[in-house]
Amino acid sequence: MTKKKIYLDYAATTPLDKRVLKAMMPYFGEDFGNSMSLHSFGQRAKIALENSRKIVADSINAKLSEIIFTASATESNNFALKGIAFANRGKGNHIIISSIEHPCIIETAGWLEKQGFKITKIKVDKYGLVKPKDLWQAITEKTILVSIIHASNEIGTIQPIAKIGEICHQKGIYFHTDASQSFGKIPIDVRRMKIDLLTASSHKIYGPKGAAILFVREDVKIDPLLHGGGQEGGLRGSTVNVPAVVGFAKAVEIYQKERGKENERIIKLRDYLIKRILSIKGAFLNGHPTQRLPNIVNVWFSGLEGESLVMQLDFYGIACSTGSACSSLKLEPSHVLLAIGLKPQEAHGSLRISLGRWTTKKEIDYLLKVLPSIVKKLREVSPFKYE
Amino acid sequence: MSKKRDDNLYRGFYTKEVLSTFQHPRNYGRIKNADGIGRVGNIVCGDVMWLYIKVGRNKKGEEIIKDIKFETFGCVAAIATSSTITDLVKGKTIKEALRITKDEIIKSLGGLPKIKYHCSVLAIDALTEAIYDYYVKNKKKIPLFLEKRHKTIQKSKEIIEEKYKKWLDSPEIKE
Repeated sequence: MTKKKIYLDYAATTPLDKRVLKAMMPYFGEDFGNSMSLHSFGQRAKIALENSRKIVADSINAKLSEIIFTASATESNNFALKGIAFANRGKGNHIIISSIEHPCIIETAGWLEKQGFKITKIKVDKYGLVKPKDLWQAITEKTILVSIIHASNEIGTIQPIAKIGEICHQKGIYFHTDASQSFGKIPIDVRRMKIDLLTASSHKIYGPKGAAILFVREDVKIDPLLHGGGQEGGLRGSTVNVPAVVGFAKAVEIYQKERGKENERIIKLRDYLIKRILSIKGAFLNGHPTQRLPNIVNVWFSGLEGESLVMQLDFYGIACSTGSACSSLKLEPSHVLLAIGLKPQEAHGSLRISLGRWTTKKEIDYLLKVLPSIVKKLREVSPFKYE
Repeated sequence: MSKKRDDNLYRGFYTKEVLSTFQHPRNYGRIKNADGIGRVGNIVCGDVMWLYIKVGRNKKGEEIIKDIKFETFGCVAAIATSSTITDLVKGKTIKEALRITKDEIIKSLGGLPKIKYHCSVLAIDALTEAIYDYYVKNKKKIPLFLEKRHKTIQKSKEIIEEKYKKWLDSPEIKE
């Protein structure tokens, strides 16, 4: 068996781009200062922090004061929901999310429900798209926040975010979007799309782990999640992780320059992969055929179970996942796949393949070479044969 | 309201034995004209295990499991426990086979993550049902403990089927 390793799980996390690492290095050693200190060490850290903020802000057409650095997308999502909920209790207690959010939104919403807030989960169609009509119907006089994921981390479907933003804007309701998977990869303009709050993450775009943002439009009323020493405009206490933030900004900068070419290449590979994989008997595509992220392919195979498939692929050195990396310890089928109408037994047989900056045609061809025999073997072991 | 914590989650998820058994499962497939078939698990939950047995006699004239095969739809642990139970009971007398516990399966696999313990239970249940099926088909007297075990398995099956009724009605998952 081959020893080579093929990473096709870029939606879980990405390796650091060497250029990012190079940009970060000085801030571990010589420029280690605390960005809140007044002396020259602090000043140098502060300059690096603010330069990074500008790069990130410009990339989504935000103002400097609207970018709050956090430690993870999960933190940003917690911050958005809890911060809006508690700061706007006087106005209402109703929050709308979609049925295909990341667990950190669903769990946070569930926790808020226990604190007395009302949560509505709106359904999606068979491609994973939110219907604007459903959003209209869900909105009440008490609605204070709508949070809809920009692009699904599991199936890659991209929401009509500008339309959703327009509805919320008309109704005077705050609109948050979790753009962890889409940020960098597809253009985002928070002003044009009428987004009030946006979560983005560094480690999904070849930046380091431990850096993320919450964009908060300047006149949005929000409470901090972490109370502390006044960092990030008083909205996020904690000494800022300057090396990680610098790396995040470098990763954004690279994407800004190379997005067009990179997407063109990856979309070509993605569509080639989808076409070939669907020629395997009993293989079906999950998500929208075209309105999807350049790098995510999600399929399900009749008669077999996803974890077994992932582990068999791992024996060949190929790394994929069944859904989100966070759900690999759960036994229930993916809530996203159930929401798009798959039956549990179908959802159990799903495989997510996510491509990235260093994915080659050769790697895809290798996957396509070994996959049919693995599917065949697992169906031989299974009582459910696909005829 | 904090949940019970599981230290196993801080170790590697599957042991070497689980992974190698999963990679090279033994005794999988169907036995035509099986003497007993045990079908357990539920596709909605993601684990379905079918065990086929062929019964013979040893020199002492006791009934033994002469051959055994499995077909399993499920995770790594489900396939590994299926393979392991076939190894553990092949050639054993039915009496001995019925004495095997989930802990023996877990031990042969060098351990299982707690959230996968149910896979070892499923393997025991499948064997119990296969032997029960053999007893019924051959109109043999069924020991009380076996009757009890069979009833417990059937009852939990009914509970799950009731819970997932709307999913199970779909025609695609008929055998």
